[in-house]
Amino acid sequence: MEFKNPQEELERFRSRLAVAGGFVLFCFTLLFVRFVWLQIVQHDYYQTRAEDNRISLVPVVPNRGLILDRNGVVLARNYSAYTLEITPSKTLDLEQLIDGLETIIDIQPKDRKRFKKLLEESRNFESLPIRTRLTDEEVAKFIAHRYRFAGVDIKARLFRQYPGGAFASHMLGYIGRVNDKDMETIEARELDANYRGTDHFGKTGLEQHYEFDLHGTTGFEQVEIDAGGRAVRTLARTSPVAGNNLTLTVDVELQRIAEQAFGDRKGALVAIEPSTGGILALVAVPNYDPNVFVDGIDTQSWKELNESPDKPMVNRALNGAYPPGSTFKPFMALGALTLGKRRPEQQISDPGFFNFGGHHFRDDKKGGHGMVDMYKSIVQSCDTYYYMLANDMGIDNISAFMGKLGFGSRTGIDIDGESEGVLPSQAWKRKRFKKPEQQKWYAGETVSIGIGQGYNAYTPIQLAHATAIVANGGVVFRPHLVKFITDTLTGRQSLIEPKPTRDLGLKAEHIEVIRNAMVGVNKEGTGARAFAGAEYVSAGKTGTAQVYSLKGADYKAGAVKKELRDHALFIAFAPADKPTIALAVLVENGGFGAQAAAPIARQVLDYYLLGKRPNAPAPVDEAAVEEDKE
Amino acid sequence: MNRDIGLGMIRNLAQRLIAPLDPPLMMIAGLLLLLSIGVMGSASPERLNAQLINVAVALVVMRILAQVPPQRLMHLAVPVYLAGVLLLIAVALFGDVSKGARRWLNLGFMRAQPSELMKIAMPLLLAWFFQQREAMPRLRDFGIAALIVLLPVALIARQPDLGTAILVLAAGFYVIFFAGLSWKIIIGLAVSALAAAPLAWNLLHDYQRNRIITLFDPEKDPLGKGFHIIQSTIAIGSGGIFGKGWREGTQAQLEFIPERHTDFIFAVFSEEFGLFGNLLLLALYAMLIGRGLMIAANAATLFSRLLASAVTLIFFTYAFVNMGMVSGILPVVGVPLPLISYGGTAMVTLFIGIGILMSIHGHRMLVQK
Repeated sequence: MEFKNPQEELERFRSRLAVAGGFVLFCFTLLFVRFVWLQIVQHDYYQTRAEDNRISLVPVVPNRGLILDRNGVVLARNYSAYTLEITPSKTLDLEQLIDGLETIIDIQPKDRKRFKKLLEESRNFESLPIRTRLTDEEVAKFIAHRYRFAGVDIKARLFRQYPGGAFASHMLGYIGRVNDKDMETIEARELDANYRGTDHFGKTGLEQHYEFDLHGTTGFEQVEIDAGGRAVRTLARTSPVAGNNLTLTVDVELQRIAEQAFGDRKGALVAIEPSTGGILALVAVPNYDPNVFVDGIDTQSWKELNESPDKPMVNRALNGAYPPGSTFKPFMALGALTLGKRRPEQQISDPGFFNFGGHHFRDDKKGGHGMVDMYKSIVQSCDTYYYMLANDMGIDNISAFMGKLGFGSRTGIDIDGESEGVLPSQAWKRKRFKKPEQQKWYAGETVSIGIGQGYNAYTPIQLAHATAIVANGGVVFRPHLVKFITDTLTGRQSLIEPKPTRDLGLKAEHIEVIRNAMVGVNKEGTGARAFAGAEYVSAGKTGTAQVYSLKGADYKAGAVKKELRDHALFIAFAPADKPTIALAVLVENGGFGAQAAAPIARQVLDYYLLGKRPNAPAPVDEAAVEEDKE
Repeated sequence: MNRDIGLGMIRNLAQRLIAPLDPPLMMIAGLLLLLSIGVMGSASPERLNAQLINVAVALVVMRILAQVPPQRLMHLAVPVYLAGVLLLIAVALFGDVSKGARRWLNLGFMRAQPSELMKIAMPLLLAWFFQQREAMPRLRDFGIAALIVLLPVALIARQPDLGTAILVLAAGFYVIFFAGLSWKIIIGLAVSALAAAPLAWNLLHDYQRNRIITLFDPEKDPLGKGFHIIQSTIAIGSGGIFGKGWREGTQAQLEFIPERHTDFIFAVFSEEFGLFGNLLLLALYAMLIGRGLMIAANAATLFSRLLASAVTLIFFTYAFVNMGMVSGILPVVGVPLPLISYGGTAMVTLFIGIGILMSIHGHRMLVQK
């Protein structure tokens, strides 16, 4: 047994203390090296990370520009409302979460369906609304229960509202949530930064065409956030600049009267101010309520709208192509005068048909109109006159002249996706068909082109545009809806147009012949019944477009199914000597132009020129059927 | 006259009150407490009052212990240790569960955490144990000592409370080391510990394993287990040389630092006072440890020497493990920053340690006389 030696023991203890002291110093040096590494060597890196933690750049979405009519009536505006939004990437069980929300906030099956559709279309990590337009009470209720719902939040958002509902919807269009295609458009213009935080985009109509004017400039807020992502304070702010306001050439009252004139019929009406090209009314019915698209539409409603046999989503004024029927005749006559193929007083004899190579092209009037000059051909709408004329002019002459009037090409109206229609020509046929035997143009095909049938197919706006050109003496203005754009920041108004795009160089005396004949139509011809007692002088032309070829049999409206009945057309301008309005009306399956379309035109002109308001939709003049055999 | 007598009495009383206190230790501890109050005022001002009460209670405890002679402490060694072990067993059987660990014992009038007691009871008992050996301690004695250490450590580790287990184990090891365990055995133990590491890995709880994994790759799970370490290193790194200034630390003020008034308070301090602040803190701890080791070197008996040196190194362990884990070089275990972190229990434990050091220093001559 080794006994203690106090001195030796103390020495050993003290040497161990020295070792311990050394160890402590070593460890503290290690810490110091670590601190130098973090706080000097890596300082910039961690400084950046700390700033990234703390500062968040939050976009401030600008107010979308308003859409106003020519008198300042608001057609599209914004309102702010609370929405209940879910960020799906932050939730585990979506169904269960929504079930839970349902216990405190009213969530309809419709809301669920709409949310589901949004979810399918959504980009990553977006927060999507499950409910919009929460009441104050609902907001308070949710906030009290917020802790139970991770990934759910209340947001104040701006919503687009179309106060007129379905009114003028095809013109205004609508906005919907930004999708991938919209993102591509935005990226192509390098506007991604300006669209951060924006979740709606113009989808159709003016909302689409003027998207980048209406949108405005996004503001940014530099916000200090805490670890929970809550904003603590605002460090800096760049205010958003509201989008520019659109003031339209459209007169809301005229538009309303024109829409109402259709009643529950389908069709389109385009009214243009001939001296500027400004559109006064643009009707396509049936229409739809664009408000349902703003919040996101559920799959079922979307399907219903798209699959409805009435096709309410089709803008008939711009995308419906119809044979112009007899409304084509004044333009044919003008072409004949311009090309020297006819003199106004030159007469033809009409036996009731035109014989071409053994084939009889029938006139509507049995036994014919007798001796017919240009005036009578238009007033009475004589087919034989135009069968012969078309044959004399030839398809390429017709095509070239009609092309100058804008037929077969886009008018350039400020709504996207306008149809071109079909302006038949030899070249068109070669392009249109694949088989060589179909590509050849047969002279017989030219004959029915003369009365606006055959391959002819034009949009109502093309028809209105051409009518406006004639009313304006051959000077062409681009049809447009927006009169001027107001910069909300400076208040500066930038006027759109009206500069003539071209002058067709038509002779005034030729125009005068056509004008005179069209005045005759409404005075003593096919439009006379509709314009009986009008306190102004108007020029018009009725038209009926065949939907269904009757192969020589007599057309009897009652005997044909409604969707196969003819389309009724009417073109007009007034006052005849100094036109302030030119229009084209189309009533789908309306029958004769004089029967269904002319009375609508009468109501529109009565209001525009006299301020007269009708008390019912335009009547259908059944009696006109017998009288007006076109 | 009366006034003078009164003043004299007060002066007399004050002198008697501070007489047992070691001025250097008191000064260093006082500076650390000032830093604590400063950081608490930034990290969690609403807890400042509670912390001041903790400090006051701890100072009273320290003052009492400073006067208790080491011999009296030695008599307490066995009963305190046994009580500690019994309480730990009671915790294992009837303890309250909080945050997934069974650490608390509900005594009816208060909740106690017996593992905390072990931090002092352990060196106390071992110092007593080696004091009792008449001869040079032999291998058998070290074996017994090891059992004395491992029993409570195992109980604490089971709770589970890895931080306290490590501190208690360290405290025990320090006594054995200073008692003269041969280097061969120390090195042998270190080598076998490394060899046994894979085995120990299997014994760890999942959350303990995750902490170690997180240490080596915190970015793997930046929002989950790595969040603490990532945010605290960002805080330290962004503090730079001079720091962002008191209450100006964005990581701290915007609550990116978790548990910023307790275990991660160093991140707050470091962000706001920078490398200079860290240097000051390291210097204060080094001085505290230095003074403690000096007291140990001059202590009268083996018991005092062993107790003083072990208690001193407990301070070091606290400081190193805490700063090491907050700056990302050690795994996250629940160890507070000594004398700075919020919390009454740790504060009292640490001041018991300082009180013991003062007592040993104050009584260094008495025994020899």
